Amino acid sequence: MINITPLIPELFLLVMAIVVLMLDLFSSRRTVVVPAYVSMAAVIITGFLVFKFGGDAVRWGSNAIFVADSFSQFFKVIILGAAFLAIGSSFGTADRMTHHRGEFFALLLFSTVGMMFLVSAKELILLYVGLELTTIPLFVLVAYQKTNRASSEAGLKYLIIGAASSAILLYGLSLLYGYTGTTYLNEIAQKTAVYFLSHGFIPNAEGTTDLVGMGPAFSVALMMIIAGLTFKLAIVPFHMWAPDVYEGAPTPITAFLSVGSKAAGLAAIIRIFDGMLYAFSHDTMPNDSWGTMMAVLAAVTMVAGNIIAIRQTNIKRMLAYSSIAQAGYILIGVIAASKLGVASCGFYMFAYMFANMGAFAIVGLYAEKTGKKNISDFAGLSKTSPIIAALMTMFMLSLAGIPPLAGFMAKYYIFAAAIEAGYTWLVILALLMSVVSLYYYANVVRIMYMVDSDNKHHIIPSFPAGLVLALTGIGVLLFGILPQSILDMAYKTASSFIF
Amino acid sequence: MFDLIFIVPLLPLIAFTINGLFRNKLSKTVVQSLAVGSVGVSFVISVLLFVELIGLDPAARSITQVLFAWIPVGDLQLNIAYLLDPLSAVMILIVTGVGLLIHIYSIGYMAHDPDVKRFFCYMNLFMFAMLTLVLGDNLILLFIGWEGVGLCSYLLIGFWFEKKSAADAGKKAFIVNRIGDFGFLIGAFIIFWAAGTLQFNELRAVAPEMFVVGGSAITLATLFLFFGATGKSAQIPLYIWLPDAMEGPTPVSALIHAATMVTAGVYMIVRLNFLFVMAPDTMMVIAIVGCATAFIAATIGLAQNDIKRVLAYSTVSQLGYMMMACGVAAFTAGIFHLMTHAFFKALLFLGSGAVIHSMSNEQDMRKMGGLRKHIPITYKTMLVGTLAIAGFPLMSGFFSKDEILWKAFSSGQGHWALWLMGILTAGLTTFYMFRLVYLTFFGERRYDDHVAKHVHESPKSMTTPLIVLAALSVIGGLIGIPHALGGGAHFKKFLAPVMAAIPGETAHGGHHDMTMEYILMAIAISIFAAAWFLARYLYRMNIDKVTSLKASMAGIHKMLLNKYWVDEFYGAAIVRPIVNGSIFLWKIIDVLIIDGIANGLGYIARDMSQTFRRVQTGFVRGYMVAFLFGVVLIIGYLVVR
Repeated sequence: MINITPLIPELFLLVMAIVVLMLDLFSSRRTVVVPAYVSMAAVIITGFLVFKFGGDAVRWGSNAIFVADSFSQFFKVIILGAAFLAIGSSFGTADRMTHHRGEFFALLLFSTVGMMFLVSAKELILLYVGLELTTIPLFVLVAYQKTNRASSEAGLKYLIIGAASSAILLYGLSLLYGYTGTTYLNEIAQKTAVYFLSHGFIPNAEGTTDLVGMGPAFSVALMMIIAGLTFKLAIVPFHMWAPDVYEGAPTPITAFLSVGSKAAGLAAIIRIFDGMLYAFSHDTMPNDSWGTMMAVLAAVTMVAGNIIAIRQTNIKRMLAYSSIAQAGYILIGVIAASKLGVASCGFYMFAYMFANMGAFAIVGLYAEKTGKKNISDFAGLSKTSPIIAALMTMFMLSLAGIPPLAGFMAKYYIFAAAIEAGYTWLVILALLMSVVSLYYYANVVRIMYMVDSDNKHHIIPSFPAGLVLALTGIGVLLFGILPQSILDMAYKTASSFIF
Repeated sequence: MFDLIFIVPLLPLIAFTINGLFRNKLSKTVVQSLAVGSVGVSFVISVLLFVELIGLDPAARSITQVLFAWIPVGDLQLNIAYLLDPLSAVMILIVTGVGLLIHIYSIGYMAHDPDVKRFFCYMNLFMFAMLTLVLGDNLILLFIGWEGVGLCSYLLIGFWFEKKSAADAGKKAFIVNRIGDFGFLIGAFIIFWAAGTLQFNELRAVAPEMFVVGGSAITLATLFLFFGATGKSAQIPLYIWLPDAMEGPTPVSALIHAATMVTAGVYMIVRLNFLFVMAPDTMMVIAIVGCATAFIAATIGLAQNDIKRVLAYSTVSQLGYMMMACGVAAFTAGIFHLMTHAFFKALLFLGSGAVIHSMSNEQDMRKMGGLRKHIPITYKTMLVGTLAIAGFPLMSGFFSKDEILWKAFSSGQGHWALWLMGILTAGLTTFYMFRLVYLTFFGERRYDDHVAKHVHESPKSMTTPLIVLAALSVIGGLIGIPHALGGGAHFKKFLAPVMAAIPGETAHGGHHDMTMEYILMAIAISIFAAAWFLARYLYRMNIDKVTSLKASMAGIHKMLLNKYWVDEFYGAAIVRPIVNGSIFLWKIIDVLIIDGIANGLGYIARDMSQTFRRVQTGFVRGYMVAFLFGVVLIIGYLVVR
């Protein structure tokens, strides 16, 4: 008999998603409030369940296929947080839909369940299924505003590129299976480690070793897995879908994509690279090939994301490129492959959740009230809605990494981890790119505060939107000043890995 | 009870936040009550903490309250933590106590200012920063407070920023302080580099192992720290900002530029006394700089006509005394004088504020005179303050100054020359203070009828703090009466746990011969009497002789009036070359080369941005190509490598 207790949070959320779907079917009053609040409550309860039923694993024989370790708990908190905030800021969007409003929330919950599986999966097939469960509802959600051309276009693009990247990932996974004969991550880790131990680490001329010794198939498999997963994170060159999709999708979905989906992808990448491939990445080969390659990817991502963001006029597109750049910073923590590296990734994602969800919430709110989406349209916001403008300033500065906000601490830990691991050049580049990023983040602040306009839109958020803004505002400030508790939790997550 | 330590700085911060955010919506009364009330409650808690601390065994009187770990990475463990020990307990009492009185005074003084709400915001922010400075348990937290008070000082000096001289004075204070802060930071870095910690108690524990007495690391670190102190505590060579700082409202001069902030440098040195005693060369520098500052500032004070400027130079001079005390390892005496000085100098500044208030904002003493009858409370309290600073026997200033002079003479680091300069400075102090009193309150009235109509005693909210401070100026010295005069030296005993033993000196030298101490005390008293007599003779009895005296000593008078042309010297020797150099750097290096590069990079970035943007065609086929191209490229890299 398989012990399924660790699965209770996921199962609960799955049931609740179906309940929300049913609610929409049977409730006569076609109101957005009931399914939305039920979904929010479900997410909060799931959060509690995650902690209640943590620590154990679902096993198939002696191999774990699904673990509810502290690492997965931490990332589930981020994912559930993103889902909660996305639902909270969806009221306006959902209100304007004429049909299928309940399904909107149900799909969001389904995707959340998929992310939770992705984070906990210790087995290739479960990992893949989790990924698909994450992505497929998102295809629908992105295209949810059927009458809106941009939304439909975004959905189609996301579907095509998503499917292709899935195929590539699956191919990579099957190669890995073919090579090692198992789909369990811990067995794969053992087998590859044993292979290296028996064949020896053969240093090449520069004193480093590489994966070529295991044959090209292994490299190809790894590469395809990297491509398939970094697609979720929108790492260059697998990022090109992101700006179009982010711009076209309903704003709360964009926010959810940019945080939840990224957190899940990041967790999977850390599981595979910092967990499974740890054996190749340390001591004997500090500059091993995958580390260098990922470092190059991170570097290219930061440069491209930040530089292209400069010339964006649409705020959602600007934030899309900004989140591409942010993924580049996060990847630095993965490459560091150390306790501090994993902890800093977690903390970064946590801080990023507040700032990004908050920023998108304001963008969504503004577009709802005024129908405007350009950065220049924010002119004069400090006069008409000073609190909203102040919050937006905080989110922008946190994303840029200005103290005392959470984003500063996040960058600080990431850079500390990278320096500890010897990637000083990457940190220097990241610092330079942070300076570049300040240009477009501060530009939003400049326009809100210093450009006059006859804009008379006074933005009053509804209760759920106000709640979202309050939570994100507090989070950005609080965890900038008091990072300790979250950092301690993030540090604990690293105990799931054998650094 | 000790859980409440963090409340002391937090309350003014809360008041600042509320007032700062909602001051447009709140009424003036609410803003004032919040501002004054928060400081009042802080004061009450400080008193309770002090009482509690006294109840403990002397060895146990060091309580650290860690609020949270701020930056824990690698070897660097920075906590937001407060340290309550005898030294910081005394400091928070002074800061909140004098601060409270000055806040109350400000209600009356600033009553007619349209920007009074902004004023109280800044004052509360200052209180928070100052309390963080004295309560911080590590150098970084101290530095945060240090910078915070510097910022508030800048904001408050330039409070009336429409006036160009006020805005300029604010800038001058800030820039000069920044020069000192640079030294502070370098000192702190050296200490962290050499000792691996910045936490005071840890530093104290490891200092004997990590540093060699008189070694280069400790000497350099302490010298740089002292350089930081010369900025904040207005010592040579960085004292020039303080007299100009008098452009701020008078309560600011009293609180920030007399009683609290300017003593931060002295506090820092006493806080790190265990490091400074390990660097005898630094101690010598401190003693000489302090002594020279005391003397030179006192001579400049002789010839100033602006009532607040006299007091400003007097403050510089008294800070010099405190530094000299630190330099001769008489740290307790330094803190003792810091405390008594906080009382009488705050009193004198507030008194001068009351005078200025009644004189329709006239500050030139040549246009005052005979005010004694019109504003009797101000006159009496200021006279008490004058007697205290001049060292009239048994007043607070007498004990604290006497203690410093005795140590300058007798301590291992002391020298008779230091004592001699000190005693001469004391004479000068007596002279210029009585000159101030006689010019302001005695003699013929020298103001016009228009001003005369408005001469009035200040409201209760202003006179009450004056009376309280006058009382403190009288009795404040009693806690530190030396053994020589049959006192218990309680102050010294209380602070003893904080002070390090001085290398090469036994902890308690036993009973020294007190004859010498009595002789020096007698000399001090006679010099006081002589200086008073001289001031009385010149400015009370024969004021017409002053003019002829000025004429006969025209050269010296001009030199003193112009403050030794130090500002002009700095202007010509430092500021102008820097400005000229800056103009060169600006026009040639910056505009042409750096801006060229920066703008060039910016343009490149923008153009790249434009180019990259075009890659984003919107066609899915293009995206797929990029995706696959990426895969192939990376596989290629992995296989070829």
